[in-house]
Amino acid sequence: MRAFKADLHIHSCLSPCADLDMSPRAIVETSLERGLEIIAVCDHNSAENVGAAMRAGSQRGIHVLPGMEINSSEEVHTLALFDSEMQALKMQELIYRHLRGTNRPELFGDQVVANEFDEVEGFNDRLLIGATQLGLDRVVKEVHRLGGLTIASHVDRPSFSILGQLGFIPPDLELDGLELSPHLSPGAAKVKLPEVGGFTLVTFSDAHFLDDIGQRTTSFMLEAPNLAEIRMALREESGRKVVGH
Amino acid sequence: MIKVEEIQRRLQLEIAAGEKGLDKEVTSGYCGDLLSDVMANAEPGALWFTVQSHQNIVAVAVLRELAGIILVNGRVPDEDTKAKAEEEGIPILLSPRPSYRLAGQLYGLGIGRIEE
Repeated sequence: MRAFKADLHIHSCLSPCADLDMSPRAIVETSLERGLEIIAVCDHNSAENVGAAMRAGSQRGIHVLPGMEINSSEEVHTLALFDSEMQALKMQELIYRHLRGTNRPELFGDQVVANEFDEVEGFNDRLLIGATQLGLDRVVKEVHRLGGLTIASHVDRPSFSILGQLGFIPPDLELDGLELSPHLSPGAAKVKLPEVGGFTLVTFSDAHFLDDIGQRTTSFMLEAPNLAEIRMALREESGRKVVGH
Repeated sequence: MIKVEEIQRRLQLEIAAGEKGLDKEVTSGYCGDLLSDVMANAEPGALWFTVQSHQNIVAVAVLRELAGIILVNGRVPDEDTKAKAEEEGIPILLSPRPSYRLAGQLYGLGIGRIEE
């Protein structure tokens, strides 16, 4: 068992608010340069670039988890992390059935689908920045049903966070962890936000630009870089745990 | 017709950004803190009362052709929200008061009033 450095919240050029330089391949290359071993590509309400990132990652020797940052009907952002592209695409199918609207690139930004060779495959025209009609409770349940993990995004931020939108963390919501934004350290969070007590805290970059990648990471003590091991680390089972931020 | 500028004076609102949009006409008001709800329901020409300060509020205002945004309860806009508002000419006005009171004042001025 050893520590693996992870940044599990990286947006690609598919997210309207992310920089167009965030191609799957560029994300993989930058992550390697920054010494990361596990990354996750989590675009808003879509997983259409995760396959390309996973293929680029396996070519270059970095473990890429397929993910998504889902916007619930309460406008709470939650990271969904999976093992296989298939699981992520099944979640995407459900999201798409509950996502209304068409993107306006001039207002929200371009949504580029790219392949692992840095080529543009097309543009997604859904309103990915919008809220799905799925409640947070349903989101968490569906992600779990597919075998994934849920981590509430940037819980300390006023916008699109569980504490900002709901004011508290519902006690029956089975979140696997909470992410802190780059503005707050886990130590400070425990003092400033008593609501986070009892949850495993992680920090990731929420990168929208290549430069952001790896600026905030979490190190996990794992046997191998996969989702099952990360789940154990979040639960502090069999020696797996978070060992640093 | 009442312009944003006049509302700003009458409701004693602080101008945070988007000054060039102060001559927009105000025909209605809308209270809402879910962007999806505002996107679906706010009327063009409305002044929008909200606690949300993320830059996407400006995109929502442009999309719905709103007259302006009023951040209530002493909320302040993020830096990139202000930059976006300047760029799009969407006035962002600030008040320490809550939505209910501000909306009441706006209604009192006859804005968006429905005669029953």
